[in-house]
Amino acid sequence: MSTTTFDIATAPAKDQATARSLGRRRKMVDRLVRWACVGSTIIGLIFLASILATLLYRGFAALDLTVLTKEFEPTTYGDDTAPRGGLVHAIIGSLIQTGIGTAIGTPIGLLVGTYLAEYARGSKLGEAVRFVSDVLLSAPSILIGLFIYQMVVLPMGGFSGLAGSLALAIIVIPVVVRTTEDMLTLIPNTLREAVVALGAPKWKMVVLVTWRAALSGIVTGILLAFARITGETAPLLLTSFGNSVTSWSLGRSMASLPIAIYQQANSGFPDLIDIAWAGALLVTLGVLSVNIVARVLLRKRK
Amino acid sequence: MNTETQASLENRGSFGGMQVRSDADLNTENRIEIRNLDFYYGPTLPKALKGINLNLPDRQVTGMIGPSGCGKSTLLRVMNRMYSLYPGQRAEGEVLLDGENLLDASVDLNELRSKIGMVFQKPTPFPMTIYDNIAFGVRLHEKLSKAEMDQRVEWALTRAAIWTEVKDRLQASAMGLSGGQQQRLCIARTIAVRPEVILFDEPTSALDPISTLKIEELIDELKRDFTIAIVTHNMQQAARCADQVAFFYLGELIEVAPAAAMFTAPKHAKTQEYITGRFG
Repeated sequence: MSTTTFDIATAPAKDQATARSLGRRRKMVDRLVRWACVGSTIIGLIFLASILATLLYRGFAALDLTVLTKEFEPTTYGDDTAPRGGLVHAIIGSLIQTGIGTAIGTPIGLLVGTYLAEYARGSKLGEAVRFVSDVLLSAPSILIGLFIYQMVVLPMGGFSGLAGSLALAIIVIPVVVRTTEDMLTLIPNTLREAVVALGAPKWKMVVLVTWRAALSGIVTGILLAFARITGETAPLLLTSFGNSVTSWSLGRSMASLPIAIYQQANSGFPDLIDIAWAGALLVTLGVLSVNIVARVLLRKRK
Repeated sequence: MNTETQASLENRGSFGGMQVRSDADLNTENRIEIRNLDFYYGPTLPKALKGINLNLPDRQVTGMIGPSGCGKSTLLRVMNRMYSLYPGQRAEGEVLLDGENLLDASVDLNELRSKIGMVFQKPTPFPMTIYDNIAFGVRLHEKLSKAEMDQRVEWALTRAAIWTEVKDRLQASAMGLSGGQQQRLCIARTIAVRPEVILFDEPTSALDPISTLKIEELIDELKRDFTIAIVTHNMQQAARCADQVAFFYLGELIEVAPAAAMFTAPKHAKTQEYITGRFG
């Protein structure tokens, strides 16, 4: 124990000048930190705004009914009578592949997330699964393309819509796993105990109550996963490859918006580059609307 | 507070400003008998309950009091085997429900929990309609026609004194009810399963005084049909609700006595200190 103690009666008086200079310093640091934050935000927003402005300007300039209804045509450069092409093949291909990818990835991701949150709390296996899922979440998507190329494309003897869908499904899984687990762990344990206290078996507790309690959060996760794969390009390059006509067959190569953008933007012809801008706008609007729906759902939850 | 309740409270006599039940006669038939019960929260943790012996008389209210961490909630969670949800938690000894040891490994937990219901500290409405909240538990154990289920839901909500407040919005979400209404809904949900015993774990600690009073009146009414155990931090509540009171301290059952005797003439010094507010 220390023998000296503070005694308010005999302690020296507070020095007003010191207190004031400390206060001035505090205010200066406060101003500095605030302006650093505001400044960085402004810089970030400038980039975002200029990307969006260019996208909207060039996208809407090129977007017309032809883009939405016609398939790919070679460039009309230097020949005004040649038919102009569009992106309908890529729109259809994207919808098919993202649709199937989400449909395959969602149930798997949902069940794995449920396993982690409801059955594997604190278990070694659960930790391992969570770790692998997190690694998959941040894996470069070209790697997933390469994996499917090896496992599906080579054995099947060619690029296919099916391979593309599977690659996208693999990207969906860890996203859904993460959001499902996060949303389920937010459900208070007392709710689980209340269900069990009525004599309900665990699976009924999960399916009838905790899933329902976490529903909007889980749906939000699925929508975000859908939005994410809508813009994926790399895994599709090695799996569905792309196509210049509409393909409804999962057994053949299939077009998609990101790949059509990639190919036409790379062509060097101004008219095709315009179509690529229109495609980029379509993808962005699609992702944006899905994100808005997800946000509305999440807000309803609160 | 209605005048009837007021009158009944006054009839119970009082001690030190606390109203205590005067009917000291306890039912001699026991619904639950606890024998030499030890409880461990984990293999390396010390005993949370030490050699508990306690009887819950049939269709009477047993109040459990004691400072935080004394084991009273733990005891409730042993009686419906809630602890079995958590690996590592272990109970030794006997808890006899109608002569059958419910700690046996062979006991069907879902069936047991249909006989011993539980109401929690915080209201736990399920994210579904008011009607489905009540029907949920019933559907687990009985196959009823639509008309029978309607009757059961009305019966449970009426017994839980909430029917008149919700009868016009049975298909509305239960999440929209007030805290006190949610708690009575949870009580209705528990009695709809027709248990023999109902465990209340601090059922009013998250509620305002008016809602608390309603729940207490309800408990008094429910003991006509159910054996009740209630854990509470509120001494007045134990005095108002319980026929028999058990005082726990550091995992041990220090004293158990009819409510009137417990609050007027406690035998142990610790009990005396606790109920007069000297510690806890």
